Amino acid sequence: MVSATRERRILWVTLLLLTTLPGFAQLLGEPYLVSLFSRILIYGLAAASLDLMLGYGGMVSFGHAAFFGIGAYVVAILAFHSAEGSAVPLLGLAGTESALLAWPAAALAAGLAAALIGAVCLRTGGIQFIMITLAFAQMLFYLFVSLSAYGGEDGLSMWDRSRLAGLDLGDDTVFYYVCLTLLVAFLVLARRLVNARFGMVIQGARQNEARMQALGFPIYRYKLVCFALAGTGAGLAGALIANQTEFVSPGLMHWTRSGQILVMVILGGMGTLFGPVLGAAALLLMEEVLSMYTEYWMVYLGPMLILVVLFARRGVYGWLVGGDRD
Amino acid sequence: MPVAVYTDGWWAATVTEPLLKVEGLNKRFGAVVASRNLSLDILQGETHALIGPNGAGKSTALAQLAGALRPDAGRIEFAGRDITVLPGHRRARLGLARSFQVTSIFDAFSVEDNVALAAQAHDGHSFRFWLPARRDRRLRRQARSLLARLGLLPQAEVCAGTLAHGEKRQLEVAMALAGRPRLLMLDEPMAGMGSGGTLRMTRLIRELKREVTILLVEHDMDAVFALADRVSVLVYGECIATGTPEQIRRDPLVRRAYLGQG
Repeated sequence: MVSATRERRILWVTLLLLTTLPGFAQLLGEPYLVSLFSRILIYGLAAASLDLMLGYGGMVSFGHAAFFGIGAYVVAILAFHSAEGSAVPLLGLAGTESALLAWPAAALAAGLAAALIGAVCLRTGGIQFIMITLAFAQMLFYLFVSLSAYGGEDGLSMWDRSRLAGLDLGDDTVFYYVCLTLLVAFLVLARRLVNARFGMVIQGARQNEARMQALGFPIYRYKLVCFALAGTGAGLAGALIANQTEFVSPGLMHWTRSGQILVMVILGGMGTLFGPVLGAAALLLMEEVLSMYTEYWMVYLGPMLILVVLFARRGVYGWLVGGDRD
Repeated sequence: MPVAVYTDGWWAATVTEPLLKVEGLNKRFGAVVASRNLSLDILQGETHALIGPNGAGKSTALAQLAGALRPDAGRIEFAGRDITVLPGHRRARLGLARSFQVTSIFDAFSVEDNVALAAQAHDGHSFRFWLPARRDRRLRRQARSLLARLGLLPQAEVCAGTLAHGEKRQLEVAMALAGRPRLLMLDEPMAGMGSGGTLRMTRLIRELKREVTILLVEHDMDAVFALADRVSVLVYGECIATGTPEQIRRDPLVRRAYLGQG
């Protein structure tokens, strides 16, 4: 068993570092760090949402970027119609640039898509599940490639970031703190959820599905809700990434993006929620640093990943916290 | 093959309707017939043993009763209700509990978590996202009282995967007992146990049979004849005889098909 105090200490130290980061960035004269870390927080949110279904529910999805992309596109499309002054097709509503409307809409749309896709995918298991989630994500990828009204392959630029009453999201530091707040809120909610009755069912299903059925749990339902909640989290992360880059493209939901999020979860430590955030940080920082020296930075990433999988089953997080909790 | 069904005995006088009624169950996997016209009555309150040589289709029969397998033909009735096509989780909620032949527990959970999760299955839906389940007094109290009963309380905090084999088998029974089942189906509870473990498990089942109807699939003949009120013999997926242990021991068909060889 891991000492809970050490776990808590790491959490608080990380939170302290993240809260003071913009200040440090200013002191160092590297304002770029703020936007880099916004990216890390956003991908951390996406990875943590995947961990909810992967690490706790044992559902290995290779299509999580689909929901990330949907969230991003919802924000961009709503902004596009708002700027154009036209109605959103199919819905017939006006577009919006308000974060309070667009972001929840993004999360909800992604969650709904996850519920529909999950309803099909969860009829399968094991390798088939991995393949079918991948297939659905690629279908969505090509769907958005073919949507020429929204830029097709070239993607869609946003005029500006979403508007949030009283806050200037265009300011990188303000945006950073909004990302941090949402990530912390998601982690707190997810933490409650995995330790609540629902979480016990999800974890039981990961360990022994036949036993769960025999005990009287209709596990399909629980796994589906877990899948949809994970999609919702990814959709929120997508809404944030659209704002961060002020640009969306089908690349956001390409299978390599799903792979990247998956790597973050594994690298950071499955079934820890907070670990995948560290995984996102490790991966994006490694990319940042290594790509300064060589274009072939992935050559270094590959072996590192293999070492993590072989020797640190709970990833960066497990290595930090110490002990082996299983 | 002619079927011998002995109907005399104490249960015939005391009980009218069977708790579980199986009629003409058929199940085949390709050319292999796992259940052939299997009919079986489990009476309220009895301990009914299902025996038969390896490959006689005992576990397949149990899987169909539990709802893990869908029979090709036939009818299963539980407490007067047709459950033939009811999914396994619904049957469990009706009070049909089972243990598995190959130990089936949640290895990463503590022993107490295992039983508490079993209790949770019978305590309404689990779409509860906020309160910590491990601090749920009602579930924990149930879990601890079951563990105390099975002598596993000292190991409550231990990770279930690290238990000794015999203790895992006991944990299985504890999980099956959560939610107060009406019918307890035990699939070879003594499998892989030493003589000490077998003795302990026999003692436990003898205690349980006073309060719950039991369907016992078991290889250990000493245990079967010590525990069962009635015995059904399965050969090639077919029930060739049902009766008291004494009757089964004396039945010439059974002797030829099964006991004589063993």
